[in-house]
Amino acid sequence: MTTLAHLARSARAAPWLLAGAGVLTLVLAGVSLFVGVGEVSLGALLGSGERETRLLLASRLPRTLALLLAGSSLAIAGLVMQMVVRNRFVEPSTAGTTEAASLGFLLVTLLAPGWPIMAKMAVSALSALAGTLLFLRILRAVPLRDAMLVPLVGIMLGGVIGAATTFLAYRFNLLPSLLAWTTGDFSGVLRGRYELLWLGFGATVLAFLAADRFTLAAMGENVATSLGLSYESVVVLGLGLVSVIAAVTLVSVGSIPFLGLVVPNLVSLMLGDNMRVSVPWVAVLGALFVLACDILGRLVRYPYEIPIGVVVGVIGSAVFLWLILRDRRAHG
Amino acid sequence: MIEIRNACKRYGDALVVDDVTLRIPPRGITSIIGPNGAGKSTLLSMIARLVGLDGGRITVDGLDVATTAGPALARRLAVLRQDNHMTARLTVRDLVAFGRYPHSRGRPVPGDADHVDRALAYLNLTELSGRFLDELSGGQRQRAFVAMVLCQDTDYVLLDEPLNNLDMRHAAAMMRLWRDACRDFGKTVVIVLHDINFASWHSDHIVAMRDGSIHSQGTPEEIIREPVLQAIYDMAIRVQEIGGRRVGLFYE
Repeated sequence: MTTLAHLARSARAAPWLLAGAGVLTLVLAGVSLFVGVGEVSLGALLGSGERETRLLLASRLPRTLALLLAGSSLAIAGLVMQMVVRNRFVEPSTAGTTEAASLGFLLVTLLAPGWPIMAKMAVSALSALAGTLLFLRILRAVPLRDAMLVPLVGIMLGGVIGAATTFLAYRFNLLPSLLAWTTGDFSGVLRGRYELLWLGFGATVLAFLAADRFTLAAMGENVATSLGLSYESVVVLGLGLVSVIAAVTLVSVGSIPFLGLVVPNLVSLMLGDNMRVSVPWVAVLGALFVLACDILGRLVRYPYEIPIGVVVGVIGSAVFLWLILRDRRAHG
Repeated sequence: MIEIRNACKRYGDALVVDDVTLRIPPRGITSIIGPNGAGKSTLLSMIARLVGLDGGRITVDGLDVATTAGPALARRLAVLRQDNHMTARLTVRDLVAFGRYPHSRGRPVPGDADHVDRALAYLNLTELSGRFLDELSGGQRQRAFVAMVLCQDTDYVLLDEPLNNLDMRHAAAMMRLWRDACRDFGKTVVIVLHDINFASWHSDHIVAMRDGSIHSQGTPEEIIREPVLQAIYDMAIRVQEIGGRRVGLFYE
């Protein structure tokens, strides 16, 4: 870890390491195209395999793209949230954001089932933003001395919102749909049902463009203001990006907990919090992590699949625990 | 010139800064001294627009701090407060480079690197420039933030107890640094200090606060006197003259 950190920090080695991670991600993306129950092989594609080509274009390629987009943007959402809230243990699923997005989507599905998916997604994003603002409001009202309590408050808030959502879904017979959103799963991704995720990619690009502002915001309101930054507007921009990402991923592939926690924290340990440096890393490693987990989920019980939310949840919670224990040791 | 007219700040029922009117003379070091809870830090934060005013008006070079655009003020006035304990994991060099932000707005311009190198060298941080802030001691971190403020290169600098965490050598060096900056670049530096002897030794002007108001102000010769200090701090402080400077002895 330390040698890797040293290597990554040296200006000359860093671009090469990043490029290496990028290539590895592309290789896994290639593997992802050819893993599945339906046989797709290069030979068949090059020959006259019409069925294989259709399978590839309609299912495998969308799924792989969805994995790349969702993985990178969810990791970025976690990073932005950690900078803006100034706490390393928050991400959309530990701040009530995901649950609020889910509630918004359920409400709009109940009240306006005929609306186009874009409009539903927008409602879900607004709801996510409202939930996150509520979370920040609670944090402001209850100043917490321990950084570890912040995500606990978020998880509790998420639990309350989630309970209300479940109750509503139960009353209106939508429990199966709710379960589909709340458990991340890429097996249902087909052409025409993942394109919203490009919005998440747009949010990632914005996060990169505004990287310096977020880094300044992470140094606190006083430092940011002293350097001439409007702190409030950076916080609003950041939470806006996070809400959009949370909503589009929820609507297209379901929620993937802990991803936004694990990847940014590992990058922070390696390279620090200068977001201009860390955004590309977080995006690439987020995509890589999700791809690897998805392929693992497809292979463990082949020909059946384990939903990726479960795989990421198991690995992610283990890493989360390690981070917390490590933090405790480092700070006594 | 910093002009404060009838500035007020209240937290709940407590009037922390009570109708303060003050002109801080340009060029040179002005120290703000006074007992705990006198409103020194709050007043400093109000000048730096980190804390809003409940009444009155503060201008820096004629610019109203409440209405002037953030970046414009940030090119003229820098501030360092005492709450940098929780901070992002940046390298010392990255932190100091952010001092250029008001000038470059994220697009580094030629000459920025020189500013950063000079600020690092001034504060003896060149060797530590690749370290992360959380790998430094409290004093080193304090100096890194001061280097950032220096790098911001403003005419006005506001510092809230900058000598906290510093050993004697670095505390003395810090005060010398700002005195030189005032002399060489015509800066105006306002420092909240607890140690009256640092104030006495290095200030051009001393402002003494008590209970949210200005108690007295003047040159070190006028303020560092036994009756004045007794009235400010409610305790007997023996003042001796050593090498032409006044030193207060309060250790008994």
